[in-house]
Amino acid sequence: MDMAIKLSPATEEQKKLLAKVEKEAGTSVNLCYQCGKCTAGCPAAFAMDYPPRQVIRLLQLGLIDQALQAESIWICASCETCSARCPRGVDIASLMDTMRRQALKQGKADKRVAAFNKAFLSNVKNFGKTFEAGLLLRYNLTTGQLFKDMELGLPMMIRGKVGVLPERIKAREEMKKIFERAEKLGGDE
Amino acid sequence: MKFSYYPGCSLDGSGIEYGMSMERTARILGFELEELEDWNCCGATSGHNTDQLLSLALPARNLAIAEKTGMSMMTPCAACYSRHRHAEHVIQHDPEMKKKIEQVLETELQGTSETVSILDILANKIGTEAIAAKVTNPLTTMKAACYYGCLLVRPVEHTGFDDAEDPQTMDKVMKALGADAIEWSHKTECCGAAMVTSRPDVGNPMLYRVLKDAKESGAECIVTACPLCMLNLDMRQAKIEKQFKEKLDLPVYYVTELLAIACGDDPKTVGIEKHFVEAGKYLQIVKVRAAEAKAAAEKAAAEAAAKAKEKAAAAKDKAAAGKTKAPEKAKSEGDIAEPDPKKVEAFKTALTKNPAKMAAKLVADEAQAGILVSILDEKRIGKLADLMATDMELAKTAAAAFVTEELKRQGECQD
Repeated sequence: MDMAIKLSPATEEQKKLLAKVEKEAGTSVNLCYQCGKCTAGCPAAFAMDYPPRQVIRLLQLGLIDQALQAESIWICASCETCSARCPRGVDIASLMDTMRRQALKQGKADKRVAAFNKAFLSNVKNFGKTFEAGLLLRYNLTTGQLFKDMELGLPMMIRGKVGVLPERIKAREEMKKIFERAEKLGGDE
Repeated sequence: MKFSYYPGCSLDGSGIEYGMSMERTARILGFELEELEDWNCCGATSGHNTDQLLSLALPARNLAIAEKTGMSMMTPCAACYSRHRHAEHVIQHDPEMKKKIEQVLETELQGTSETVSILDILANKIGTEAIAAKVTNPLTTMKAACYYGCLLVRPVEHTGFDDAEDPQTMDKVMKALGADAIEWSHKTECCGAAMVTSRPDVGNPMLYRVLKDAKESGAECIVTACPLCMLNLDMRQAKIEKQFKEKLDLPVYYVTELLAIACGDDPKTVGIEKHFVEAGKYLQIVKVRAAEAKAAAEKAAAEAAAKAKEKAAAAKDKAAAGKTKAPEKAKSEGDIAEPDPKKVEAFKTALTKNPAKMAAKLVADEAQAGILVSILDEKRIGKLADLMATDMELAKTAAAAFVTEELKRQGECQD
């Protein structure tokens, strides 16, 4: 971790981006007084480059680009412990969530996570439901981890825990439209 | 009582036994589940990691269908529960976003839906008394760590049916089934969730800490109400044991499976054999121990009754023979000669049901009390209960001796 941080005033663009992230996350980073409660309770902080408190600090200092590049946002498991315990009511988990989406837009997403999410949502878009077996296979193929979790595959089949075919809902056309309209309406205004 | 039912995607696959036991639970407790018409996937984590509006619109489509039924919607899966509660919260509190969601769905939303979890239904809507009344095969002596994980209790403003730090609903249900819900510190810590799949370097240590804490707190099994927690705790336990070189051997159950079994179902009916960590054997052990505990309690009650009868007869004799002896003296002599079997039995039950609490009374040091809990078997419990009923100080000495003996044995093993 690069501890020395170069402080320079945030550009107008960065300020705008931060304001957008805060609005979407429904929270304000300036509420944070850096007590570290979030980091203390975070079960994934041990693996992070910037623990949650430091991610918030980066945002407070206007260093949003650095925050978006932090590996931490991809290590966060969305367990919500930080938000539940913050004495200042900062919704840190929601900020992490918003930053993941922002990083994805900027093409800075963790490739494995992005690949998984894409495979998952394509299932939902096409069938209306997720199909675990097909999903894992597709994820393994696209990430080149062909034999990942293979030790679970056969025992799952034996136990009748793998559907042979994807289940489809009736409103598949409606699902496609929901995806299209959400993309259109959810874009930057 | 009737609920709209949103099973979620995993109940067709990895969580198949959750679905089986959920149907049995409803049948046993007499509430109806009507599957939501043509429901869709809530988008789960992938949805809210990718697009905010989409992540709200997907569950909102289900909520629009649910609110037309006029019934509360029950979601067994903790992640589905969380996504639908979140969307409900936004629909009710954020008019601007509600409008956008309506545009995406091309439907108007009333905002009247109510998503509920199975724990809420069991503990608050049906109630533990009604559950206890249905129990035919109580899980007496089962030592269960009730695991809530993240999304049933957090975020607080979206969930709210239980305490976020030390929830109790599942503990109460397990107690109603006759089991012992142990105290432990990781009941709402994250199991690693999807990280165990996408980033095992991060997820595996998280999962290991939950399993290890349950084990160290004296649990013999874990109970959950979330299919993803189940997938991690059960299906990946063997991998965790290998990686961390530690035998954990903790069967994991859905709360609905145990409810059905305690109410007389055969474990096969609810899919116990589908688990990865062998889960049938422990149920057999509990069955045997429960029968033993029942027999012992009955025997003790019979003995106490016989003794009371004897005492009454003796008192009658004495009264007939005249008041020659001081009654106080006779009483104190009796006390020293033999411990009161009622007291012994009470201590035995306490030691079996609440080993951690009783051990703390006997051994001041916390770590040593933990050791005492881990080595409590029938013989030691019997000995300690006898001594506790006669002389607490003697019991403390004996407990200390057990611990020393065990520490010595462990030391020899390491050498």
